[in-house]
Amino acid sequence: MKLRARHIATVLGAVIVGGTLVVAIIAPLLAPHDPFAQDLMRRLVPPEWLGGTALNPFGTDQLGRDYLSRLIYGARISMLIGILTVVTSGTIGVTLGVLGGYFGGRVDDAVMFAITARLSIPLILVALTVVALTGSSLTVVVLTLGLLLWDRFAVVARTTTMQVRNLDYIAAARAAGASRLHILLREVLPNIVSHLLVVATLEMALAILLEAALSFLGLGVPPPLPSWGLMIAEGKDYMFFSPWVIMVPGIALFVLVLGINLLGDGLRELLGAGRSQ
Amino acid sequence: MIVVPPQSTVLEVANLRVRFGQTAAVRGISLRIERGETHCLVGESGCGKSVTALAVMGLLARGAERQADVLRFHDHDLSRLNERGMARLRGDRMAMIFQEPMTSLNPAYTIGSQMTEVLARHRGSSRREARVRAAELLARVGITAPELRLGQYPHQLSGGLRQRVMIAMALLCDPDLLIADEPTTALDVTVQAQILRLLQRLQRELGLALLLITHDLGIVARMAHRVSVMYAGEVVESAPVEALFAAPTHPYTRGLLDCIPVPGASRRDLPLGNIPGVVPRIAPTFAGCAFRDRCGHAIAVCAEAVPWRRMADGHGYLCRLTEDWDKAA
Repeated sequence: MKLRARHIATVLGAVIVGGTLVVAIIAPLLAPHDPFAQDLMRRLVPPEWLGGTALNPFGTDQLGRDYLSRLIYGARISMLIGILTVVTSGTIGVTLGVLGGYFGGRVDDAVMFAITARLSIPLILVALTVVALTGSSLTVVVLTLGLLLWDRFAVVARTTTMQVRNLDYIAAARAAGASRLHILLREVLPNIVSHLLVVATLEMALAILLEAALSFLGLGVPPPLPSWGLMIAEGKDYMFFSPWVIMVPGIALFVLVLGINLLGDGLRELLGAGRSQ
Repeated sequence: MIVVPPQSTVLEVANLRVRFGQTAAVRGISLRIERGETHCLVGESGCGKSVTALAVMGLLARGAERQADVLRFHDHDLSRLNERGMARLRGDRMAMIFQEPMTSLNPAYTIGSQMTEVLARHRGSSRREARVRAAELLARVGITAPELRLGQYPHQLSGGLRQRVMIAMALLCDPDLLIADEPTTALDVTVQAQILRLLQRLQRELGLALLLITHDLGIVARMAHRVSVMYAGEVVESAPVEALFAAPTHPYTRGLLDCIPVPGASRRDLPLGNIPGVVPRIAPTFAGCAFRDRCGHAIAVCAEAVPWRRMADGHGYLCRLTEDWDKAA
């Protein structure tokens, strides 16, 4: 029974993440309106279930833009940020971690120093500085998060590499004449990738939340892009009389992050069980 | 023993020393293995057998220091080869199989892809050629349905099968030297016998020089042409296998042989022999006989340099005692 519940949770997570991804990709086909088109005659129209009309199922914002369309396009921003951040930070973190874990000694000292140095950098402060210097844009957010969120990848890649490094098949590969590069890429990496996948889901959820937080603070995606965090920020002045303007993107964020975490937990269970056989 | 011409020496090691920081793991080992010869390195855990093998293959862990007067494989001076040169020899001219077949294969790839990779690396074979050769070798090591096995992952194979795969992998490029580090220790007894028979057959067919590491004197008796008994990083006795079992001379070798019950020959009323104590950790500055603390014949002289005594037929041992010490007493 327990196993079944977990199974359902994993599938639910996969459906949420997969669904959001599909929505993000085919956003232009799904969105009923142009997410940037303003209609000042129809501002803060409530959603259909709160007395609005079918014209704007999720209502409109303070500039009369269709909320459903903005939510759909917002999925693009969230997924884009999540994926690009994980790819960037994953590349950096895994490279450092595997090198440190495999070679040990001085190399490992350097990697550990880099990790400690990174952990002592406050993320929001860096984001603030970078935005002050360069102005806010999607690229800046992706780069800031990608260049900062690699610490967990590095830590996990390092420890798992250390475990794998001393296994016989690595020695056997060396005895069969494999080069170092070959051993790192083809022998070590495939055997730690399950751990890294779990980290990737956690980091993706974190990146999406951080983007929302940064956008809320005005340090992230610049208006008029429909980021969910930005939608909450723009709606906060109206939340007492039109609560849906923060509820709708808030719930979307919550569901997506929950989905990613469920998927991550499920992956951990699945891959963990596969290993012990 | 067959007399072989001296130019067919595959591996020659003289005065090999390996240190890990303040521990001397191997202290001046000399070996020579001819083509078609099985040389057994025997000794208890921690005596430096495996380290010797790894040192020859250039696979020692970081922090290990290796020195040798001679470390020659055919005409290659291994002590002068860099990592790249060693990598070219490993898996091609010299191959190694390990103790633990359950962990010696990478769980992430099929048997076929691990085997074809070795051929692609050393021979530049195409995928198809490599698969044909891999299947041929699997058949040769007694695996039925080799085509099927090529597509399987290591976890789908039993321990005995995996060790056969490891042997097949080691032989892919027709090596001249095969080092087998306790290849049957992790297997159960019936499978052990099969694997040993297989190694013996392959060695005869291919004319391999086989360096077999074991702690099992039963395996030595059945496999070896020549035996070197190791103790605390040194060879204490080396002899053709018949000579060693007929006339073990070093007190340690005697002690080892006394520990083995022989059905019908051991006396039931006497306790089985044992050697008290454990193998000591040896510092690089250590002098004298390393066995003296556990030896019943030790006297003060044993703390000084011990001579290597030569007997007939290439039988030699490292001890102050003369050849006929037990008869003189």
